[in-house]
Amino acid sequence: MRKTIACTINGGPYTLSVDVRQSLMDMLRELGLTSVKEGCGVGECGACTVLVDGRAVDSCIYLAVWAHGKTIRTAEGEAAQGRMSAVQQAYVDAGAVQCGFCTPGLIMTSTAFVEEHRGRKVSRDEIRRAHAGNLCRCTGYETIIRAVEKCLDREGEPPSSDGD
Amino acid sequence: MFAIEDYQQAESVSQAVALLAADPGARLIAGGTDVLIRLREGHGDYARLVDINGIAELRGISLSDDGVLRIGAMSTFSEIMASGDVRRHAPVIAEAVGTAGGPQLRNVATIGGNVCNGAVSADSVGALLVHDARLEIQGPRERRRTPLQGFHTGPGRVALARDEVLVAFHIHPRDYRGFGAAYYKYAMREAMDIATIGCAAAVRLEGDAIGKLRLAFTVAAPTPVRCGHADRPLTAETLDAVAAAVAVDVQPRTSWRARRDFRLHIIRTLAARMTRRAAERAGGKF
Repeated sequence: MRKTIACTINGGPYTLSVDVRQSLMDMLRELGLTSVKEGCGVGECGACTVLVDGRAVDSCIYLAVWAHGKTIRTAEGEAAQGRMSAVQQAYVDAGAVQCGFCTPGLIMTSTAFVEEHRGRKVSRDEIRRAHAGNLCRCTGYETIIRAVEKCLDREGEPPSSDGD
Repeated sequence: MFAIEDYQQAESVSQAVALLAADPGARLIAGGTDVLIRLREGHGDYARLVDINGIAELRGISLSDDGVLRIGAMSTFSEIMASGDVRRHAPVIAEAVGTAGGPQLRNVATIGGNVCNGAVSADSVGALLVHDARLEIQGPRERRRTPLQGFHTGPGRVALARDEVLVAFHIHPRDYRGFGAAYYKYAMREAMDIATIGCAAAVRLEGDAIGKLRLAFTVAAPTPVRCGHADRPLTAETLDAVAAAVAVDVQPRTSWRARRDFRLHIIRTLAARMTRRAAERAGGKF
């Protein structure tokens, strides 16, 4: 059984015929957005994290049909005109990437967090809690937290591109 | 692909009820954070779905003129945590749902699903129980109200007919005004974990003493429990009596997570600790 949905993905309008059995993760990967990774498949590791209307969700346990009328963002859409977003650049600068499998999901979680807390003072503990749904088995998280802190320190700079 | 054999989107509560009534195999899907995992694990019990995500009546959190707090069944944990009405009047509910899973899960998982799937470990249930939440349920013939206490009938089972839909939770001002409350989830990790024991307490002071105590536990028995034997006036000196009294109401089991005697130890410890914390939040000194 298929349904037609209309949504915005990384700033562009899409009308798609999706199988009702499909996850949002499968739908996005079929569109070539392979930054969306399947790690655990049960909403525990966060490798498939995308933003739905600005909120981080695990796209592996989110039906594709629920994307109807929504704005979806993946790591592919964060870079604009060949420039990485502030969050992406901060990850590079902090050396917060090792094998890279968890990175796109973490980038999206950090992006939602930074946009929500821009201009506010946040504690390391808050950053850790907000990233508790993303597992990284390489870096030990310290550099990731440093990257997020760095993004929040840069007050007054324009917000990272949201593609639209 | 999830092994979904039939999928229908309901646009109203009455339509959801009609779709459930028309197909004995149909089950509701809300946030999907449990149902989609069940499907992925190959359970056939959720192959025929009625999707209630599009029903506006099930969403929203509000306070009526007479002070009744209404939480729509499809409110996500994140919406509850951000709700001014919840944070002002029953903050322990926000505290409790904030311990569930991680941020991504809380952005999608709903409080109605958390209660209706009957999980013994449901993080929202203890907090709802100490505020004596009532359920608004729509069936084929009538809309009924029933207390949450007694709604759970066994592990994974609740007293909801298969053609009924939970619409909202209601908390009367007499059940939150003047109360201080607290929730603690004892688990192996601080995130992405299932409770070994969950404990919620709500306290109303009378002078220096605890005039009213409500205590509830999850994973302490085959269903979440309100500890009737602990609901009595107390002073700081008799706080130990609470820990002793709860033992009558619980029936923890041994599982790979924890042994029965260890769970009992956590239950007694948390009974006193959460009662004290709730009393302090009510403005007392204990």
